[in-house]
Amino acid sequence: MAKLSKEEVKHVAHLARLAITDEEAEKFAEQLGKITDFAEQLNELDTTNVAPTSHVLPIVNVMREDVAVKGLDRDVMMLNVKEQEAGQVKVPPILED
Amino acid sequence: MTVFERSSRELKEGLHNGEFKIVDLTNEAFSRIEKLDGDVQAFLALDKEKAIARAEELDKVPTEERGPLFGLPIGVKDNIVTEGLETTCASKILEGFMPIYDATVVKKLRDAGMVTVGKLNMDEFAMGSSNENSAYKTTKNPWNLNHVPGGSSGASAASVAAGEVPFSLGSDTGGSIRQPASYCGVVGMKPTYGRVSRFGLVAFASSLDQIGPITRNVYDNALLLEAIAGVDPNDSTSADVPVPNYVASLNGDIKGLRVAVPKEYLGEGVKEEVRQSIMDALEVLRGLGATVEEVSLPHSKYALAAYYILSSSEASSNLSRFDGIRYGYRAEGVKNLMELYKETRAQGFGDEVKRRIMLGTYSLSAGTYDAYYKKAQQVRTLIKQDYDKVFENYDVIVGPTAPTTAFEIGQNTHDPLTMYANDILTIPINLAGVPAISIPCGFHEGLPLGLQIIGKHFGEETIYRTAYAYEQATDFHKQTPQIWEGK
Repeated sequence: MAKLSKEEVKHVAHLARLAITDEEAEKFAEQLGKITDFAEQLNELDTTNVAPTSHVLPIVNVMREDVAVKGLDRDVMMLNVKEQEAGQVKVPPILED
Repeated sequence: MTVFERSSRELKEGLHNGEFKIVDLTNEAFSRIEKLDGDVQAFLALDKEKAIARAEELDKVPTEERGPLFGLPIGVKDNIVTEGLETTCASKILEGFMPIYDATVVKKLRDAGMVTVGKLNMDEFAMGSSNENSAYKTTKNPWNLNHVPGGSSGASAASVAAGEVPFSLGSDTGGSIRQPASYCGVVGMKPTYGRVSRFGLVAFASSLDQIGPITRNVYDNALLLEAIAGVDPNDSTSADVPVPNYVASLNGDIKGLRVAVPKEYLGEGVKEEVRQSIMDALEVLRGLGATVEEVSLPHSKYALAAYYILSSSEASSNLSRFDGIRYGYRAEGVKNLMELYKETRAQGFGDEVKRRIMLGTYSLSAGTYDAYYKKAQQVRTLIKQDYDKVFENYDVIVGPTAPTTAFEIGQNTHDPLTMYANDILTIPINLAGVPAISIPCGFHEGLPLGLQIIGKHFGEETIYRTAYAYEQATDFHKQTPQIWEGK
């Protein structure tokens, strides 16, 4: 796999919702390139027919009884919201004009 | 001198026979912090008023109603939420964040009658091995203030090593409890994945994260794990496995214990003084009646690469919740919602966090998913199988916790990969989900060394029994840094 280009880093930053300057994109391209180069060593291993592990314990379908429980009060949940009005969370415009 | 030199048993005795009260112990923690934290820089937030009020209430509880940890002070890593006490994960993006509930472990500490005195510094979002990635301060190693305490639970280890508090909680995703415990000469346990509830632990890599205790001796560590362990309806990955009475197995007897020593744990990158301290520790274990044999964990060298892909992938997903809308930092002067997201995150996260979010996003992208993320998950299976295989014939695996002693502040900040290499001996354990402890096993040039003891899934009892027997046969855990007595 090739090293990451500056454009690729900018694309990834967009996917991750991170504003990024040209300078930063260059720095991260070099650092992430080194890290992905390092990760190439995993290709030395033949993993044909090896099942991927996401969790180490054999826990499946953890259910609780289907009984409603009271959630947190709205006032409490709004405690850390910076901009709010009448119990609602405010955000900037979501559409360009 | 401080009473925190004493074990929990001795502190309980002192409370019982009226030598001091709970409020005295709480005050002692705050006066130690006041005296030492200018140097150590461990605490991000203190909860003095509430802690003292609580101590006064606890003093009224009759002694016969008190458990073994009742009234003892503790510090909590700042990625564990505490209702009404600021929790930042040492990140600017959570500056001023006031949790609206307690983590399950914090509830359990309260149920045990412990007094939370404050929140401990860390690498931002637990990403780092030195505490240099904190947005607020760099915690120092109490054994030598020019050196790092390790990370990411660096301040959890440093605060206990300096005697500011006798107990702390940390979290461990790739070594973040054990490596700082090793660097600071204290006892740190990473429990089996699922042993302790993660409810209220701000997620870094959900399939690897575990909360665990840091203490000055093995007995106290076992007590504290017992207090915080157990299944929790609020964490579906917590395991419904009974919690044993860990301290009951601490009898010093390890005759016939089968100890495996992986040759990969004493190989390349491991310093000679570290290797020698492990050889000496193995002699001690043999002397106590254990059998010691060399084994191989052939996929160890691939653990670091697999870990950085998997943990960063999970982090990129977990950290998407920090968007400036519902809590934490919010960028100003933006035109629209997309810009709010991007500017908030660009201004709120530090470089290491951004690097990992981008690495994770890249690994999970269309076109790279199979080559990176899926491949790393398959390698994780091979690593886990290595451990399963060794544990068919052995009770514990033993090796060093870290390849070196604590390095100097600033020494490894220029290159992410050399920083990551500090974790080569602890990372495979998280990938396999097994428990492991680090306990003091020597000193080199005035800095502590750590012995790592790894067990089977839910084999904490055997780990503690082994660690306790070793500890009783040595006196490394009795030493304190010079700073302990004040300057």
